[in-house]
Formats: sequence, C-alpha cells, structure tokens
Amino acid sequence: MAQADLSFNSPVAPHGHPDKWKWYHYFTFNVDHKVIGIQYLVTSFLFYLVGGFMAVMLRTELATPDSDFLSPELYNAFLTNHGTIMIFLWIVPAAIGGFGNYLIPLMIGARDMAFPKLNAIAFWLNPPAGALLLGSFYFGGAQAGWTSYPPLSEITANAAQTLWILAIVLVGTSSILGSVNFLVTIWKMRVPSMKWDQIPLFCWAMVATSILALFSTPVLAAGLILLLFDINFGTSFFKPDAGGNVVVYQHLFWFYSHPAVYLMILPIFGIMSEVIPVHARKPIFGYKAIAYSSLTICLVGLFVWVHHMFTSGTPPWMRIFFTISTLIVAVPTGIKIFSWVATLWGGKIRYTTAMLFAVGLLSMFVFGGLSGVTLGTAPFDIHVHDTYYVVGHFHYVLFGGSVFGIYSAVYHWFPKITGRMLNEPLGKIHFVLTFIGTILTFTPMHALGMQGMPRRVAMYDAQFTDLNQLVTVGAYILAVSVIPFYINVLWSWSKGQKAGDNPWNALTLEWTTASPPIIENWDVLPVVTHGPYEYGHEPEEELETVS
Amino acid sequence: MQGTVDSATPTVVHEEHQDLRVLGLLTFLASEFLMFAGFFAVFLVFRSSIAEWPPKETEVELLLPAVNTVILVSSSLVINLGTKAIKQNDLAKMRLWFGITAAMGAVFLVGQVYEYLTLGYGLKTNLFSNCFYLMTGFHGAHVFIGLLLILGVLWRSRRAGHYNDITHTGPEMAEIYWHFVDVVWIVLFTLIYVLTLF
Amino acid sequence: MQQIPAPLWTLVIGIVVTLISLWYGQNNNLLPVQASEQAPLVDDFFNVMVTIGTALFIVVQGTIIYSLIRFRRRKGDDTDGLPIEGNLPLEAFWTAIPAIIVVGLGLYSVVVFQDMGGFAPGGHHHGGMMMAQAPQHEMVDVGSPMLAQAGEGGSRQVYGFGASPMVEGNRPDLTVNVTGMQYAWIFRYPDTAIVDGELHVPVGQDVQLLIEAQDVIHSFWVPQFRLKQDALPGQPAELRFVATKEGTYPVVCAELCGAYHGGMRTQVIVHSLEDYAAWEASRVAELPGAAETVAVNPATMTDAEYLTQIAQDIPIEATQIAQLARLSNP
Repeated sequence: MAQADLSFNSPVAPHGHPDKWKWYHYFTFNVDHKVIGIQYLVTSFLFYLVGGFMAVMLRTELATPDSDFLSPELYNAFLTNHGTIMIFLWIVPAAIGGFGNYLIPLMIGARDMAFPKLNAIAFWLNPPAGALLLGSFYFGGAQAGWTSYPPLSEITANAAQTLWILAIVLVGTSSILGSVNFLVTIWKMRVPSMKWDQIPLFCWAMVATSILALFSTPVLAAGLILLLFDINFGTSFFKPDAGGNVVVYQHLFWFYSHPAVYLMILPIFGIMSEVIPVHARKPIFGYKAIAYSSLTICLVGLFVWVHHMFTSGTPPWMRIFFTISTLIVAVPTGIKIFSWVATLWGGKIRYTTAMLFAVGLLSMFVFGGLSGVTLGTAPFDIHVHDTYYVVGHFHYVLFGGSVFGIYSAVYHWFPKITGRMLNEPLGKIHFVLTFIGTILTFTPMHALGMQGMPRRVAMYDAQFTDLNQLVTVGAYILAVSVIPFYINVLWSWSKGQKAGDNPWNALTLEWTTASPPIIENWDVLPVVTHGPYEYGHEPEEELETVS
Repeated sequence: MQGTVDSATPTVVHEEHQDLRVLGLLTFLASEFLMFAGFFAVFLVFRSSIAEWPPKETEVELLLPAVNTVILVSSSLVINLGTKAIKQNDLAKMRLWFGITAAMGAVFLVGQVYEYLTLGYGLKTNLFSNCFYLMTGFHGAHVFIGLLLILGVLWRSRRAGHYNDITHTGPEMAEIYWHFVDVVWIVLFTLIYVLTLF
Repeated sequence: MQQIPAPLWTLVIGIVVTLISLWYGQNNNLLPVQASEQAPLVDDFFNVMVTIGTALFIVVQGTIIYSLIRFRRRKGDDTDGLPIEGNLPLEAFWTAIPAIIVVGLGLYSVVVFQDMGGFAPGGHHHGGMMMAQAPQHEMVDVGSPMLAQAGEGGSRQVYGFGASPMVEGNRPDLTVNVTGMQYAWIFRYPDTAIVDGELHVPVGQDVQLLIEAQDVIHSFWVPQFRLKQDALPGQPAELRFVATKEGTYPVVCAELCGAYHGGMRTQVIVHSLEDYAAWEASRVAELPGAAETVAVNPATMTDAEYLTQIAQDIPIEATQIAQLARLSNP
C-alpha cells in the first residue's frame, strides 16, 4: 500500500480533502469509499495468510494418524480460528467490504457511499476483532470450533472464548453497518440516468447479500450474547443441568451462519457476472434471471438453516421440511451456473488470469453444488454429517468458489484500483498451482468422510493415512500457490505495466474514470446510455486494442 | 462505455446528495429488531418447553410495569408532538415536548431499576430470571441510548437555526428511534408480563 | 463434424453420458460395507444422486471445456462475440429440469427417511415399555435420569431414528443405554446389568439405543450402519436398527467434544445369535455382584475415578487413560 502509485489529476478538492491520498491516509479514519475498500482488501489479505498458516499447521498434524505435532488443545484452537478468520476476516471483508465498497459507487455513478463515516466505522471494527482473535491465543485460543456449540464452548478456555465472542460481535456489527450502507447506496445513489435493469449484476448481488446480512446477523448476535452471559455472568440459557437448552443455540447460530455462506458466495456470483462477459466479449446471458436468482437465493436461504442440524435435536418434520427447502436452493443456483456457461458459448474468450479463475470457479462450483445437493437430503446427510465429506464440500464452494472469485476480482480490478496491470505469466502460475492444489486437497476429503473419518479430529484411524497425506500434499501446494500471487501484487503495485482507464474494454461505469479513480470518482458524472454488458453491439472501430 | 462522459449535458459538479439518514436508520432498526426477535424466540422456546413458567420463586410484578408501559407508550405520542412542532418551525414547543419525553424516559428507567431492586431475585436465580433480566436489561440499554439521543437533540437545539421547518433530521431520527424502543417494549411486556396471566 | 447432423451428435453424447453415469452410480465404491437394514436404503438413494450428479457434471464441465476451446479468441481477432442476451425457452428448460430433479429427490428422500424409521423416534407405543423391560431400572438408569424420564413421561421429544414401518409397534429385541462422555462411550444393558465400553449386538435383531450425553454434545456414528445421532446433554435420543452383517465396526464420535475428540472411538461387534448369547452369559458370570456395580453412581465420581473403574471395559490404551486423568485433574 505504501508503494501505491496514486498519481492522477484532480483539479478540484471541494470537500476539504487533499488532491490525492498519501500513503499514511490509508492507515487513518478515512471516509473515501475507495480508501476503505483498499483498507478492507489489504487487511483481509493479511488475515488470509494468518488463516492459511493455521491450515498448514492442521494439515501437518494430519499427515500422521496420531496427535504428534501440535498439542490437541492447540490443534483445536487453530481449527477454530482457521474457520473464524477465513470466514469473518478474509472472505467476508474481502468480498463484501473490499470489493463492495470499492466498486459499488463506481458502478452506479456515485461519488461515495450514502454514509461515508458509518462506512469508516464499519471498517475500523475489523482490526480490533482480528486483534482479539489473535490475542485469545494468550489464553489458549477458543477451542470449540467456529460453531462454538455449548456446553463445550462454556467449559473450554473461557477467557479465549469470551474474546472470540467479542470479536464476532464486532465483525457482525461491522457487517450490519456495511449492509445498511450498501442497500441505501444502491437504492438511492445511482446516477439518475441508470435504470433498474442497467444496474450491474454485482450490485444486484450486493443487494441480496445486504438483505441477508441485515436479517441474519442480529440473530447470531443474540445467540452470542446469551453464550457470553452463560460463560461470564452465571446465566444458564444453554446449561442443560440448570434447565437450559443446547439446541436453541444451534438454531440461533445457524439462522445466521447458513445465510453466512450465501454472504460469502453471493458477492462472488456478482463478480462472476462482471468478469465473464468482459473476458468472453459477450453480453451476460439472462441478466434478469441472474438478478432475480440472487434475490431468490437470499429469500430461500433464510429458511434452510436446520440442514446443519439433521443429526441434532431435530424432530422428524423439521428434518424433512428443511430437506425440501434446501433442495430448492439448487434451482436458482443452477440458473446462474447455466447462464454463465451460456455466456461463454459463442464468445471470443480471452485467457486472462481473471478469466481463468472465473472459469475455474465455475468448474469447482459445479462439483461443490452437486455435493451440496447430496448433503441437503436428510437420509444421506445423517451418514456424512460432521465428517470430512462436509469439509470437502464447503471448501469446494468456499475455496473453489469464494476464494477463486476473490482472486478473479483482484486480477480484473487491480488495474482500476492501482492503475497498473498484474503480471500475467505469474498470474497463470498462480492459477495452475491453485487449481491443482484445490482438487488435490479437497476431493479426497469426500471419500474420507464417506468411509468414516469425522471432522475436527487431531487423530484418526490409521486406515485413512494415505488419503490424508494426499490432502496434506495438496494443502502444501495451496500454501505455495499464494507466493507468486503476493509477489505479483507487491511488485505490480509499484512497477507493473500502466493500465490506462479501461484495459479490458469493459462497459461498466467504473471503467469510465481514471485508473486509479480520482477522489470523488468523476469530475463530471457519467450518463448511462446503454446496459452494462452490451458487447458485440458496437461498431468495430470503437474498440481499442486489448493488450 | 456504459456511460459516456458528455460535456454537452452538464451535471452539477460535486453535488450534495439528499439526506438519507432516516432511511439508513430505518434499515438499521429493522435489523436491530431481529436481535430482539432472537431473544423473544429463546424466551418462547423455554416458555413452551418448561412446565412451570415463570417458576414460583420468580414471579413478576404487574402494577409497576403496567404503569411504566403507559408512561413509555404515551411518551411516544409526546415526542411526536415535538417533531410536529419543529416542522412548523416552533422551536420552543419542540424543546418542551422533547424535554417532557426525556423526563418520561428517565422515569421509565428509574421505575425499571426500582423493579429490579424490589423483585427479590437476580439474574442468576433461574432460567426465567436469566431471560427476564437479559431482555429487560437490553431494552433498558436501548431506552438509555434513546434518552441520550433526545438530550443530544435538546443540546444542539440551543444553537439558533440548527433545527427549523426544513432541517430537522435530528429530531426525526430521535423520534423514530424512540418509537422503536416503544414497539420492542410492547412485545416484551406482552411476553414477560401479560402472558404470565394466561 | 460437418457431415454428421447435430441431433445425431446430441443423441450419441446423451447415450454415452447416460451409460457412464449409470455405471458410475452403481460402481463408485465410495461407501463402506453395509451392515444395517438402513444402509442399503441410504446407499441406493446416494447412488441415484451420484448417477444424476455424474450426468450433470459431465454435461456442464463438457460444455465449459468445449466452449473454452471452440470459442477461444484467435490471434489478431479483437472483435466481440455474438450479442446473445438470453433465450427464454432454454432458460425455462434449465429452470424446469433441476426443479423436477429436486422435487423427485425430495420425495425420494421422504420415502427413504420413513423406511429408515426417521418418523418414529421415541414413539409412545414403545416408550412406556422400554423401561418396563428393565427389571431393576432405577438402579440401572441411575446415571441416566433423562432416559428414564423419556421412557416414563412420554411427553418429551426424543430425537433420532425409531422403529422402521415394518416393526412399528413391536418392542425392540434389545435395548442398550448409551452414554457419551469425554472421551468414551459407555454401553449399559438394562436387562442384564452389563456395562461395557464396546457395543455388542446380535445380528438380525431389532436393537434400540437410547442415547444421552453426560457433559458436552457427542455424536454416535457407525459408518457401516449409515446411522448417526447426536448425544445431547439434557435431551434424549434414540437410534433403532437391525444389524445385518456379523463383524466388528467402528463407533465414532462425530461432534467436536474437546481436545481428544478424535480419540473417542470404540467399536460395535455384531455377533451371531449364539455368539451373542455366549458373550452375554460370560459377561453376566463375570459380574462380581451385578447390583453393586450398577448401583455406583458415576455422577458423584470424578472423571478419573470413573474412567479407572470402567477401564477394563474400554479398549483404549493405558497412556490415554493417564492423559484423560491428567486432563480432569489439572
């Protein structure tokens, strides 16, 4: 960030800010949505390394059946915080906070978000949350899994668990404030000439994301507050021996945490709908279907949470009701997948790294989606619930899905954010390593789970050794895969090839301003004259050469 | 380009956008309500699964909370008079009504604390008292924040021309928040107090 | 490709994909041995999903790869692709097909769920007698007040899998009380007062497990039975099954229950009827005084004492017991 080249001409500075931001502005309470977006992105990419380090530790332990590398307590602490950090301090802040904040005003022709100060507050809740999580290791680290089911979470590492709860409440608050901002911004701040069907699909996805976050996050907060009181103030909401009910927590938790997986994938769906048309040089196939399917997923996604509890204290009717509702989610998700495939069909596909990650995501998500359907049915889920099958499934959709999507977005918008291109050969090395690593790491997990290996174990039956070692090798490849990426980003940010305003010849509004954009985005607001994906309509000569 | 930067159709440069704070607050409160909904749901689950609810040793008082409810609900009408006044540019009346609302809110809080002190059981006594203190306590905290908002509005209204018939977002937001606190209380009162009668 | 008409290609591809999917659906070998009556039900259901999934996987991935090759940008070509923005019949098609598939799967899963006994956990008809069967149940269930309550009260919700429709209304041939605790499973046989760290059941008999947890949530899982149920402190659960294949299978804890969660493993031994009778007789003979053993209340002991007492029954190594003891006495 310090090396950021922020040269651009901004003739006016009417709101009392400097002509351009200096490096130290990025470490302050700054209200510019682009600064906040970069703050989110850089912070989340740092926590990605922390969470990744924990994953490598876990996989090293699991290279052998016995518990011989980490103490089992530390293993559980890494396991808990790997999940927590990757969700709350990596994917959510990168996809929603980072790209959401950076792109939404630029895509809808606004100068900033509706509530810039609130936006900055929302960001600055994140670093303390991260500090709390890291600090909790002084007290042994929370060890009850990212789900923190009581009673285990109430009798294990109380101080660390309390810090964990506070951290989640902080990021949850951040998420609510951010969502208020996104919704109001997209609703009210569009440039007047932009009609509803000219809003880029990323913004539609962010509308769905924000609604979900607004409805589900406070319920998690309620659950965590009760947990906090149980641990620290002597209440007994979830203490069975005092009449409490352990299953109630699970409902509160999953009412948020199932939508949370949509929080992590809906913005990524939005990114897909932006990246694929640009690099396939074709209009998005089925704009309305994709927009509405995001809203459908958002709506149905609020009523599927019990599929995480099929083996818990769940009565039969609930097991069946939530089987059906879960299966229904496959339909709008399928619509998106098919629409993107159809967008590829008949295009002039450019093999840019952004496109490779997008297509890689498509491919991974087909597999993750299909395994998700099997998990959604109670009879089969009874067998594989809480096994490595589940771990394999959600890493396919969250790593093969969300993380691929974030990578794709970085390769696609890095030129806009920094004014410089990322190095393509390094990017392709990054992609190949990531692709192979993902398949090697997460595919064998499905077999492990079905054969009988439960999840969250520091020791396992010796019959599972071979597949586990394969998984560990895959994880090491994934660990190596980030090296070319981080080198690429750091090097290109200061030394990369100049990008120009619109290196991909894309049609959405963010490409009409300078790279990086000036402080209030445009001197004169753009006028929307056509839809965001109308490729193939314009006469030949208007297209500039693509690098 | 999706848009063209067209100098022939001049747009106002660096225009201020409309005040969206009320909309933002409403969105936020919709979300906030769901946190209370989470508590309500937990309460109802316990109520339906535990035979004796509330247990004998932790029965609730009815008279004081009923009086408190009347005070809080009517304060919502009073604060509305306040914002109506400022919309007619009557600052003095607004300050009067807001002052009365603040006093009523304070009375409510004092009543709540008095109830806590006289009930004879505490947060830890049993599951019902857990729920009772947590829910009323969280609501009380919200009342307190609302009270601070109202006092903030009163403080700022000292500056001449800060609020008038055109700019009055502050009082409006304080009012909306106060109504929210009121609505939460009505549900809460129904659950904790009224339902014990049946 | 020019000579062969497109419909013919589609037909050939369709047949090939169908054949591959059908073959893989039956020959994926992903699931372990089937050892309960529920297992084939689950596996058949899974194989149907694998068949459909394989077909969808090949078609979608095939289309992606085909597009990537066929529609790649050629050198020097900077033009855009075709401006196709949608196709209503096609979109309706790919909305309807998954919808039909998921409705089908949903109905199928209800049928499987019912055949597995999913609709009958803690049914009243045998709820009352499950404890009546146990002659000295007050003593036996001294560590399981909750199960007794579940049996007698009948009003409490019991979770899990109950009798399959074929045996609904029958009393189970064998009832075992299962207690999960950090980090072991304890099996109590109310009829005979046997307490063991391994589960012994006769083949072909209708077995009912009444599951509870003593400290935190555990989850009782026998992969070869395809059955799993969380053991919840404070809430009774049930699994009912008929083991169909003699052998020794792992019992695994599937819910994170603490540091040694991964070590919380034991086994279920499915005996022939004669072997089971022999095992039962030898265990009863071994009991120094049945009443004395079962009357000990584990709740009043520390974990270490309790573990030491049952150590001979639990197939875990002495070092692990030492570890556990150290844990409970920090």
